[in-house]
Amino acid sequence: MSNRLLAHLGKAYLGLILFFLYAPILVMAAMSFNASEFYQLPFSFSTEWYERLWKNDEILEAAWRSVWIAVVVTVIATSLGTAASIALFRYEFPGKTVLQLLLFPPIAIPWLITGTAMLIFFFGIGLDRGTPAVIIGHAALALPYVIVVVTARLATFDRTLEEAARSLGASAWKVTMAVTVPWILPGIIAGGLFAFAVSFDQFVVSYFLSEPGDSTLPVLIYTSIRKGFTPEINAVSTIIIAVSMGIMLLAARYSNFGGEQ
Amino acid sequence: MGEVRVEHLVKTYGPARALDDVSLTFPDGGFFGLLGPSGSGKTTLLRAIAGFVAPDTGRVIIGGDPVENVPVEKREIGMVFQNYALFPNMTVAENVGFGLEVRKVPGADRARRVAEALELVQLGHLGARKPHQLSGGQRQRVAMARAIVTQPRVLLLDEPLSALDKALRVDMQIELKRIQREIGITTIFVTHDQEEALTLSDRIGILKDGRLVRHGPPRAVYDDPQDAFTARFLGEANLFSGTPEAGGLRLADGALIAGCTSSTAAVRPENIAITLQEPEAPNRLQANLVQQVFGGAMGTCILDWQGESLKVIGRDQDMQGLPEQGPVWLSWDSAKTIALNG
Repeated sequence: MSNRLLAHLGKAYLGLILFFLYAPILVMAAMSFNASEFYQLPFSFSTEWYERLWKNDEILEAAWRSVWIAVVVTVIATSLGTAASIALFRYEFPGKTVLQLLLFPPIAIPWLITGTAMLIFFFGIGLDRGTPAVIIGHAALALPYVIVVVTARLATFDRTLEEAARSLGASAWKVTMAVTVPWILPGIIAGGLFAFAVSFDQFVVSYFLSEPGDSTLPVLIYTSIRKGFTPEINAVSTIIIAVSMGIMLLAARYSNFGGEQ
Repeated sequence: MGEVRVEHLVKTYGPARALDDVSLTFPDGGFFGLLGPSGSGKTTLLRAIAGFVAPDTGRVIIGGDPVENVPVEKREIGMVFQNYALFPNMTVAENVGFGLEVRKVPGADRARRVAEALELVQLGHLGARKPHQLSGGQRQRVAMARAIVTQPRVLLLDEPLSALDKALRVDMQIELKRIQREIGITTIFVTHDQEEALTLSDRIGILKDGRLVRHGPPRAVYDDPQDAFTARFLGEANLFSGTPEAGGLRLADGALIAGCTSSTAAVRPENIAITLQEPEAPNRLQANLVQQVFGGAMGTCILDWQGESLKVIGRDQDMQGLPEQGPVWLSWDSAKTIALNG
C-alpha cells in the first residue's frame, strides 16, 4: 500500500473516531437550544430550556451540591495525594513497591463494583448513606489519579535541589514548601482538576452512597430521565460537558499531555 | 570557620566499602582537594562531612564540635553541587538569600549581605535574573555566593567546575581561589581532575577503593608519591621494576638506576632526556622510539623499553633532531629518581 493511501486512511480513521466521540455531544448541545420539546426539526433557536433550568430549584440545588462536594473532594484528595507522592518519592520503606502497585487497580475496577463495595463497607462500619459517605467515596476514587499525575511530575525533579536547600539550613518542611512544591505545582494543579472531574462527573458511587433527597447533579439527571426526558436535561448536560471539558483542557495543559511546551 | 576532622570513617554499601577507615584533618582556612578515580570514595567522604551520608562508624568534627548526630541543616555548611542546584523558581538574589531567609535574618540586613555576596562573585548586576537566564559560569558564581553568604564553618565543593568548558574552567579556578582567599574559609573540594587539584589546593588527599592512600601539600605528594598508584594518578610516571643491589636498582636489561634502594622506581616524563649518543648520566637506558606527538611548545615521545611503553615530555626544540623511529638513549638526574614502596 502506498504511503499516501495510508495517510488518507489514517485521516479517515481519526475523523471517524472524532465523529463518534463528538457527534452525540454536538447533537445534544444543539437540541438544548431547539425550541421543540420533542426534538422536532426544523431547528428554531431558543434559550427556553436554559431559562427553565434556572427556575428549577431541584436542579440548581443538586448542581450546587455537586460543586461543593467536588471542591471538598479536590482539597482532600490533592493534599493527601501530594503528600503521598512526595513520601513515595523521597523515602524508601518496606512494602513501598506493593503500595505503589496497589494504587492502580482502583482506577481499573469498575465503579459499579467499587460503589457496591463501599456501600457494604460503610454500612458495616455504621456510616450511613449521605453526603459524608459520598465525599469519602469520591476522595478515595480521586486519590490514585492525583498520585499518578503528581508522581509523574516528581520524576522530573532534581533531588539535589532538596539537598542544596538542606545544606543551606532549611528544615524538611521548609524544603518541601520552598523548593519541592513550587516545582511540582503544575502536577498538583492537574491532579486537583482530575480529582474535581472524578467527583463532579461521578454517578455510580454517588447513586449508591447518597440519600434520596440529597442527590448530586448526575444522580438527579438519571432519576429525571427515568421519569421522562425533557430538553432541560440537554441544557444541564451541555453545561456539565462544557465545565468538564474546560477542566480537562486545563489539566492537560498543566500536566503536559502534549509533551514539553 | 574552623578545622574539619574525620576519624576512622567507615561506610559500607552491602559488600562494598565506600569509606574504609579514613582519618584526615582539613586545616582551618585551607583549600583541600580530594582526588581519586571514580568509586574511590571521595564523594562519599564529602557527603559524610556534609551529613548526606551517615557513616557506619567513625567521627566527623567540624570546628571542634562532633556532628555525626547533627542533621545536614544544622551543620552550618556551605555546599556547591556539581550541577549547581540553583532553585529554578527563585531569582538569583532569592537563591543567594535563601540561607539567610531560613535563618530569619531581617530583610534589610539580608538584602545587604546578598548584595555583598553577589559583589564578591562579580555578579552584582544580575540579582533579578532567573537561573535559566544565566550562563554556566554565572550559575557557578551564584552557587558559590549562595553557599558562602551564611558564613558557614566549611565550604564543600562537589566537582564544582566539571560542567564548564575548558577555557572557562581555568578562569573559574583562579576565581575560586581568589574568593576562597578573600573570605578565608576552610574549603574541601572533590575532583577527578588532577591538574585542577594541583592548581587549587594547598593540600590534597588521594583516595583509592575507600582508603586514603596519601595526603599532603601537592608538591610534596607529586615529588614523592611513595607508591605506584599515587605516582601514576597524580601526574604521569614511567615505572621501572628490577632487583635492588649495592649500587642501586638493577633492571632486566642490565641498566642500573643509581642509588635506588627499592625494587620499583618512577621517573616523571618531563625529567627524562632523549639523546642519540650514549650519555654520561648515571641513569641511562636504551629504548626504541615508537612515535613522536607534536604538541606546540612541548612534544611527547612514546617509547618501547623491554616491551613496556614509556613516555617522555620535552621542549619541541630539543626533540627536533630525533628520528621518527629507532633506538635512542634515555637518561635522567639521580635526584629525579622516585623510589616507590612495594
